[in-house]
Amino acid sequence: MSAKSAEMFRPRRRSRTLAGPLFAAACLLATLTGVVVLAVLVLAVVAAALSGVEGGPDVAGAARELYDLLARLISNRQSSDPARAGFRVGIVSSLWLLALTAAIGIPLGVGAGVFLEEYMPDGRLRRLVQTNIANLAGVPSVVYGILGLAVFARGFGYPGLALGPTLLAGALTLSLLILPTIVITTQESLRTVPPSLRQAALALGATRWQVVSGHVLPSALPGILTGMILGLSRAVGETAPLLMVGAAGSLLRAPGGPFDRYTAMPVEIYNYAKEPGQAFQPVTAGGILILVALLLSMNAVAIVIRNRYGRR
Amino acid sequence: MSSPQKPPNPPPPGDDPWRGQSRASAVAEVAAPSILALCGLVTVLTTLGILVVLAAQSVQFFLKAEIGLGEFLFGTVLKPEATPPKFGILPLIWGTFLVAFGASCIALPIGLLSAIYLSEYAPRAVRAALKPTLELLAGVPTIVYGYLALLMVTPALKALLEPMGLRVDQFNALSACIVVGVMIVPLVSSLSEDVLSAVPQGLREAAYGLGATKFEVSTRVVLPAGLSGVAASFILAISRAVGETMAVVLAAGTMARFTLNPLTSVETMTTYIIQVIGGEASYGTAKYLSLFAVGLTLFAITLGLNVLSSLVLRRYREVYQ
Repeated sequence: MSAKSAEMFRPRRRSRTLAGPLFAAACLLATLTGVVVLAVLVLAVVAAALSGVEGGPDVAGAARELYDLLARLISNRQSSDPARAGFRVGIVSSLWLLALTAAIGIPLGVGAGVFLEEYMPDGRLRRLVQTNIANLAGVPSVVYGILGLAVFARGFGYPGLALGPTLLAGALTLSLLILPTIVITTQESLRTVPPSLRQAALALGATRWQVVSGHVLPSALPGILTGMILGLSRAVGETAPLLMVGAAGSLLRAPGGPFDRYTAMPVEIYNYAKEPGQAFQPVTAGGILILVALLLSMNAVAIVIRNRYGRR
Repeated sequence: MSSPQKPPNPPPPGDDPWRGQSRASAVAEVAAPSILALCGLVTVLTTLGILVVLAAQSVQFFLKAEIGLGEFLFGTVLKPEATPPKFGILPLIWGTFLVAFGASCIALPIGLLSAIYLSEYAPRAVRAALKPTLELLAGVPTIVYGYLALLMVTPALKALLEPMGLRVDQFNALSACIVVGVMIVPLVSSLSEDVLSAVPQGLREAAYGLGATKFEVSTRVVLPAGLSGVAASFILAISRAVGETMAVVLAAGTMARFTLNPLTSVETMTTYIIQVIGGEASYGTAKYLSLFAVGLTLFAITLGLNVLSSLVLRRYREVYQ
């Protein structure tokens, strides 16, 4: 045996047994950063929300202060006075956007997913559409904003087609933004429906549409629902595309219909966050808390639905 | 949609289950696929719309600003307000990649290690608790990360580095790198973990049989086997960092320049777009139109990275029977 291969077969047990646990610890630490970040985020934002409050480390008092702050933020409109500023118009706008985006984006996305998975014959065209959707999912949100600006808000430059800075233009932009998410999750959950279900229904004489609408869609519903909620929560949290499509920085009257001017919760947060100095810190932090609470609960519902009903 | 049990028009004398298709369901049979196909068409039209809008408006920009493509792509000065205005995109590309590079330095190792932990080390119960938490993190909107940069990261950097004699700007690239890096960790870890978990169990068992330790199995057997997927997830994460907007707007500021110093402000392509749209530039001016040209460049870069990612995944995938 040459010297080189003898070197290769030396057990080096010491370093090998040492490296293992060290590496495992590093991996565990890396995984925990996610949890730590989430905790730090919430704590820091709560602390910032209470930064204006005088008083000792009294948990019950702090909770009451926080509750008062959030209640005030929900009921007040925008203001240049930090003590009276709030997010009412932004919250109403965001709820409008949520409803309109759900009404436009979800039927489009689910429809496209069903068509691709159940109707479109396999072939070059289908692969092309599929690749296109995968790429759309990676397009930065600000680019969707540019698209919405040129197409919906400005109508390609034709005043007759232009929607202007209205709720509908924002909702259409967000619908296109969440379209890939919904299409992809719809397709994934349709793929988990066993082919035997389709075959059984077809064998009993059901037509194709009856198979899809009566049997395949209902059994794929939990997965589709997950995709819908994830898509909508993304739409509610988006800021950049709405800034492009003309969400107003400061708006004092809540929109009452799809053709009204609008703003959005994250857009208002952005505007408060840009204010120099510490005066608006509780306002901004309180707004973040409201937004994060809403989005995390939407995501949690989606994850629970998926883990309970999906992947059988 | 109507089912065959509903009474058709006109109603039949009795409820006959063998009467065949009603007219309504025959209509649905033809109408449904066409309506669904239209929905599918929207996805194609979205891509076409993006391409047409960006291309057409960029051409307008080049005509309006009277500069050539070379001057735009290789110009090193970006001063839209100067006379004559200068529209060189290189400072923006520099800023973008500075932030993306810094974010990758944080996100790629952490994401990869946490993927290895989740797929190789974590007990079933820990994994079941950790995975949803990490997925939840992906739902935090980007504006929150931007605010976190202003609220915590920049003050922390100031407290840490200014006693050492380093000047830290209120808006700086480093804090953008940190928050964007933290933001894309879940993307790296969940995509990589999917690939590592898919490596066949037999490979691990063969390595254990030859006397390898768990560390050796993880790093020399499982990781190489899933390398294409890990690389693809890295590229995708970089693409996400390049396209990230709100976190960078709030953290990095809007100073278009070449700098290697991450403690000063830089401007990325996305922040330039937001700055132009939020500024006073009116529709049709060269400055306003320049956002489309910058948008086209951004779109091309992210699309290129995404395509590269899927090519890597497909071409270098190890196939196991």
